[in-house]
Order: sequence, then structure tokens, then C-alpha cells
Amino acid sequence: MITRMIVSALGDRGSLVFLGLLGVAALFVALSNLLLPPGSALHVPIHIVALLGKYVCYATLAVALDLVWGYCGILSLGHGAFFALGGYAMGMYLMRQVGTRGVYADPVLPDFMVFLNWKELPWFWHGFDSFPFSMLMVALVPGLLAFVFGWFAFRSRVTGVYLSIITQAMTYALMLAFFRNDMGFGGNNGLTDFKDIVGFNVQAQPTRIALFLISVAVLALTYAVARVLVTSTFGKVLVAIRDAESRARFLGYRVESYKLVVFVVSACMAGVAGALYVPQVGIINPGEFAPANSIEAVIWVAVGGRGTLTGAALGAVVVNAMKTTFTSGLLAPYWLFMLGGLFVLVTLALPKGIVGTLQGWFAKRGEAKRVETSEPSPPPEAPAAGKAESAS
Amino acid sequence: MRVFAVLALFAALALPAAAASLQETLARFAANDFSETAKAIDEIAESGAPQAASLIDALLNRRLAVTPDGGVFFTDAQGRAFDALTGSPVAAVPKGAQLVRTNNKLRGQIENSLGTLRLQAPDPAKRREAAEIVLRARDVSALPAVRTALSREQDPVIAKVLRETEAALVLSRPDATTEQKTLAISILRARSDQDAIAALRAATAGAPFAIAQEARRAIVAIEKRLEVQAAMQNVWYGLSLGSVLLLAAIGLAITFGVMGVINMAHGEMVMLGAYTTFVVQEVFRAYAPGAFDFSLLVALPLAFLVAGLVGIAIERGIIRFLYGRPLETLLATWGVSLILQQAVRTAFGPTNREVGNPSFMSGAFDLWGLQITYGRLWIVVFTLVVFAGLLLLLKATSFGLRMRAVTQNRRMAASMGIPTARVDALTFGLGSGIAGIAGVALSQIDNVSPNLGQSYIIDSFMVVVFGGVGSLWGTFVSAFALGIANKLMEPVAGAVLAKIVILVLLILFIQKRPRGLFALKGRAVES
Repeated sequence: MITRMIVSALGDRGSLVFLGLLGVAALFVALSNLLLPPGSALHVPIHIVALLGKYVCYATLAVALDLVWGYCGILSLGHGAFFALGGYAMGMYLMRQVGTRGVYADPVLPDFMVFLNWKELPWFWHGFDSFPFSMLMVALVPGLLAFVFGWFAFRSRVTGVYLSIITQAMTYALMLAFFRNDMGFGGNNGLTDFKDIVGFNVQAQPTRIALFLISVAVLALTYAVARVLVTSTFGKVLVAIRDAESRARFLGYRVESYKLVVFVVSACMAGVAGALYVPQVGIINPGEFAPANSIEAVIWVAVGGRGTLTGAALGAVVVNAMKTTFTSGLLAPYWLFMLGGLFVLVTLALPKGIVGTLQGWFAKRGEAKRVETSEPSPPPEAPAAGKAESAS
Repeated sequence: MRVFAVLALFAALALPAAAASLQETLARFAANDFSETAKAIDEIAESGAPQAASLIDALLNRRLAVTPDGGVFFTDAQGRAFDALTGSPVAAVPKGAQLVRTNNKLRGQIENSLGTLRLQAPDPAKRREAAEIVLRARDVSALPAVRTALSREQDPVIAKVLRETEAALVLSRPDATTEQKTLAISILRARSDQDAIAALRAATAGAPFAIAQEARRAIVAIEKRLEVQAAMQNVWYGLSLGSVLLLAAIGLAITFGVMGVINMAHGEMVMLGAYTTFVVQEVFRAYAPGAFDFSLLVALPLAFLVAGLVGIAIERGIIRFLYGRPLETLLATWGVSLILQQAVRTAFGPTNREVGNPSFMSGAFDLWGLQITYGRLWIVVFTLVVFAGLLLLLKATSFGLRMRAVTQNRRMAASMGIPTARVDALTFGLGSGIAGIAGVALSQIDNVSPNLGQSYIIDSFMVVVFGGVGSLWGTFVSAFALGIANKLMEPVAGAVLAKIVILVLLILFIQKRPRGLFALKGRAVES
């Protein structure tokens, strides 16, 4: 039964192409780095592997965001907070692993605590020396925050832009809080100078490749979970809520429960993405909570096409590849013009994003040929994009 | 005029007596003996002679010389020579004059007496400052000098400070009578500040029980008053912060509150206003430095125009295609904000630009113990004027009427012949223009950098949402409430934590009342 559900959810052409391409690309990157000599034209240097790993984490975040925004109409401008919280949980584990190799060589306290003259570990740092506990926290902490936040927000029917604004306020408040030294998270500098992850050096080539592959696997898994969710009955209700919230409520669905579940699931996904992001970039600091980061994640989804999942992942990679290309070198001063232009252009001219537009195009072309209608249709799209969110 | 006449009379009467004793005093320098010099210093300090301060200053700096025939001369820092007895300038210090020697012990004494001498400085501000210094130091030996100064003081404000100084010194003297001390305590109690507390606290040690009790009571009373005063000061800071919030949010109250458009580029309109001020000031500096005080007056309409026109361009170019799609509007205007920031960064550079304060905005005054800076005061006043003007515009002009008609029922308004598209554009322009003039005011208290707008956008949205979207009075109340709450919490929690607490409270508040404090009544099921 469940297997059938999974097969039917992932058996469509989009999913197969996406997962297939993802797997091939991951294998190619890993093998070419390991096997090909550095001089070869096809060799992928290790810093590119780490960069791609970062993109893959962003893509996971984008898929998580697409799940709530594209399918349930919740525009969260605070998903960066969940991402960063997961990252901090991982960062805390990595800090505990440093042990006596820190500058101050304190066996228990991380360097910044010694520096701040702290005598003992704050209570919330306990347990982070254990890997399984930390991994649990990676998903649990963002999930819990999302649960508490969503519990209040959805029950009191805060919707639309109001919700967006308070999610933004949430991540802003967290940013201010994490910038404080007394919070016990390293303040301004955040957590950095990691050494080991489960006994392997984070800087070493095999670890980096393993982290990259795990990130890819997590992206695939996130996609699969999201895809199963949205193709199930549950997903249909989500779309109904997105398109006509009060109608869904009057039909007897507990709108707030549906929203809460999908919001929490999405937050956990974002947390896991953040956790994988940290060892690959080597630092986590309060800047990750900046409201601008969360909005940027929204634009990845919009560029790729919201309500498509694959589009979200694609958008994250495309926009970040652009960012990497254009923030270095001659064009650096113009990157914000491009990013800003992208926001405007996508909302005005390409409301369905890249994948959404392509899907629409394929659907139109296939319509004439196809007779069968029971074929799992391409993911539901917002009818004429605008009506998805009713006006405030 | 009469005051001067009286002063002149006093000077004329005092001079011969002072001069007589001064002659004897100056004779002590001729001995060039340390103990004689020490006596001379004290006598000069008490003489009240007009040249006393410069004389002792000269002694300290080895510019005081004695001639063999007993004449005493000194030179000032510029090298001009004076006769010590009369204080009148002379051509030069006579040949053969010997510099009066000093040692470390003397120098300490000289510095003390210079402090008390300043009590008689001709400049009232200096006299007052000297009195305050003596009060804080509580050097008992200065008591005679303070009394001398008090007997000569004409300025009632400085006389009051001197009396307080005298009281503080009396309290520190073991030999003062109970009546004197009780009087001193009541004087210090009336002064009612930290220095008074310090003086009173010193008096409690080793004093008779009744006096100590009295002093303690005075301390408690003063502390209570100071607390109230600190709270008042915080309320004032809160009002000031509230007016800043209101200024930043008021334009948003129009675009978001009245039109329902999420304009994430609102902060950048504020920034454009600030940069307009900068450009106007540069022009003034280059062409009319004398009229610099008027630069803000010129900047105000220009900032309104610049930000308003940019706003209209955004509305016509982007937002009008997105009406009814608030989330898309949010994203598109965020993009606009990035572009505007980068444009300003490219044009003016990424660093802070210097925006000057006109003279009427610098300085501060004291109101019942509250420190109030003119800059902040003007911003509060300016905010209220802008708010009143906006209310008037909305309620009493035909444009306001049309604007309200369009926002309440667009189709009906259109059928009545109102050009809705034009009203939309003008309304958006108005909101942006007001953000622009907010930028002029904020340029006076904040750093003018490309990131200026970013720091206000979240706060502005919070203010509008808290107050109730669509309600100008709600925005007004919410801005001041948030400002005061923030500043009252700051001394307890610290600035950052206070801000976090406010944000969390706001998030919780929105759960409870999603429509804000002053919700517009309507029958819409959905937002």
C-alpha cells in the first residue's frame, strides 16, 4: 500500500528525470574528483565539490519552502531561521568534537566560552557531544519552533502577508538574539574552526565527498517525502486550502491542523539542510538568520517554479550558481541589480517559474495527443497564479 | 544697565581695600620663601582681586617675578607683562626681576586655590562649573572661598549652586552646628541629584544620630525623585523613538494600510530622502555656506518629490500589474529595494555620508531635570506636523476623498468617474513621498548609508500591523506605544533584548488580534 503510494508518487516523468539526473550528477562529481587526475578536463576540484554540496543544501531548503508556499500558500519569510537552527545544532556538535584541540585546549568548553570566561557548559549545550542526539536536535529544534509558532499563528488565522511579516519578525528577533554573546552561541562570530565529524576530519577530501553525497541523498529523500505528501489526499487538501481557505474550512477540514503539519515537516527539512550546510562551509553565524536570506530562498523557489518541487531545487541551484559567478570579478557591483531584477522579472513575466512554464508548455502540446486523463497530472498549479492568494 | 552700574559701584568700593591687603600679600613673594609663598597664595585666593586668577596661574607656570625693590610682575600665556598689584599692563617686566620658585607641595596648593579662584571668574559658565567641581570634591578648606564667592555672586542660578556647594562643605565639617547641618541637608535635598546624595552619604558617617537620620531620609527622598526623573527621561526617549517609528511607518500606513500594497522598498524611499538631504547640503556647502541652516527646508520638498516620483514609477511600472496578489507584490518590491540600494551604493559609495545638523537642531536644554536635545525635539514636532497634515489631506481635501473612495470600493468609485488608476499612482506617490521626508528627518539622527532603509522596514511593518492596517490613528498610537515600551524596557533588559522582547510580544499580539489595535470594521471573511 505504502509502496504503491510511493511508486505512484515518484513514478511520474518529472520525478524520474529529477531523481535520475540528480543521481547521475552526484556520481559523476564524486567519481571524477576521486578517480580523474587533477589535470583532466573533466576533473571536479574539491572546492567545487564543497560548493555544489552547498547548493544541494540550498536546494533542500527550497524544496521545503516550496512545500509550504507552493502547495499550501504559506509564504514563510522565516525559513532561513529553521535552516540556521539546524545549522547551529550541527555546529554545536562539531564544537564539542573539537575537544582539547581548541586554542584554549579546554576539554569541555568551546573556545568562545573560555574566552568569555564562562566556567561551565550552559544546560542547552549538554548532550551535543553525542552524534545521534545532535542529529535528533537538528530536526527537532526547528520542528518545535515551527510547531509553537504555527500553533499560535494558524489557530488565530493569521494568513497571507500578515503571516509573512511575522515570520520575518521571527527570524529577525532570532538574529538579534544570536548576535548576543550571553546567548551562549558564540555571538557575532558564531561557531567555527571545526575539526571532526564522527571521527573524520571535516576538511579531508573523502569527508567532503561523503558530505556531498549525503546532501544529495537528503535532497532526494526530502523531495520524495514532499512528493508523497503532495500527491496524497493530504496534499490535495493542502492545495484546496491554498486556493480557497475558507471553502476548505467550511467543507469540514481542520485547516489549521493541515497547515501546522506541513509547516512543521517543512521546518524539519530546512533544519536538516542547514545541518549539512554547516560542515561544508565550515561556519555558522547569526548572519544566517538575516531576513534577506529567507527572502532570497523564496526567490529561488519563484524562479524555478513554485508548486513544482523540482523547480524549487532547480531554482536554488541556478540562482546560487549565478550568485557565485557574478559576485566575484568585474560584475560584482552589479549582482544586486541582477538579483533585484530577477525578483521583479519573475513575478511580472514568469509567475510560474522555469519548470512551471515548461510543464505548462508540455501539457499544452501533449493535450492534443493524450486521451487518457488518469495519468498523474503534473503537480497542481495555481490557476492564473494570482487567485492563489486572495487579496487582503 | 542698572545691573552694570551696581557692579561698577561694587568694584569701585571693593578695590581700595583689596589693594591695600594685596600689597602686604605681594610683599611675601619678595621673601621668595616657600612658606611665605604658601601664605600669599591663600591670601590672594581670598582677596577677590580681579587679577588673582591670572596671578596664581602665572605663579604655577613660572611667569611671576619679583624685582629687588619689591615690585611684583607677571606675564600671561601670550607673553604680555602686567603689574601684579594693579593688574594693569606694563611695557615689560623690569630687568633684574627674579622668578618666584615653587615646589610640588606648593603646586598642589596652587591648583586647589585656582579651583576656588575660578569661583570668581568673570564668565558665569566658568563660575558655575567651578562651583560644581568644588561641590563634588568637597574640599573643606574651600569653604571660605565659597562663602566669599557667594557674597559677591549676582547671578541667582550660580548663587544657588554656591549655596549648595556651601551646604555640602558644611556637612563635611565636623565643627558645624546641628542647625547649620540641618539647613545644609535641606538645601541638598532640594538640589536632589547624585552629587547631593554623595554629599549626604558622606555626612551620615560619624554624625550625631539626628543628623544622620535626617540625611538618610533626604537620600531616600532624592533617590525616589531621581527614579521618577529617570522614568520621565525614558518616556521622553520613548516619545522620541516613537516619533522616529511613526515617521518611518506613516508612509507605509498609506501604501500598506490604505492601499493594501506590501511595499518592501518603503525603507529605500526613506533612504532616498536621506540622500536627497545629503545632496542638497553638498550644494549648500559649495554655493551658500552661510545659508546652511535652510538646507533642510529646501531638502524637504525635494525629498518628497524624489521619493514620490520614484514611488509613482514603481507603482506604474510594477505594482499595478500585481494588484490583488500581495505576496507577489512583496517579492517584486523587495527586488526593487535591492536595486535601489545598489543604485545608491554605486552612485554615492557604500560608506556613511556626512549629513550636517543645522544650528537650530544642535544643543540641548534642561526641563525639570530632563535632558532634551533640540534635534530630537524638532523631530517629535515635525512628526506631529506631518501626521496632522496627512490627516488633513485625507479628511479635508477632494484628493483625500477620492483616495478613500477608491480604497473602500474601487468599482463604485470608478463608476462615479474617479480615475482609479491615477488615484492609485498618486496615493502610492504620496506614501512614498512621506517616506522621503521622513528620510530628511532621520538623516539628522541616523547614519546615511545605503542600508538605512533596511533597518526601518521590519519596525515599520510592525508598527502598522500592530496599530491596525488602514487606521492612521492606530499607527500613531502603536508607534508611540512601541517606542515608549522599548525605552522603558531598555534600562532593565538592555537595548537588544528589549527589542527582541518587543518583537516576540508583537508576534504574540498579532495572534490574539490579527487585525491590530484599531481594526477597521468590515464584513470580509478573509483578509
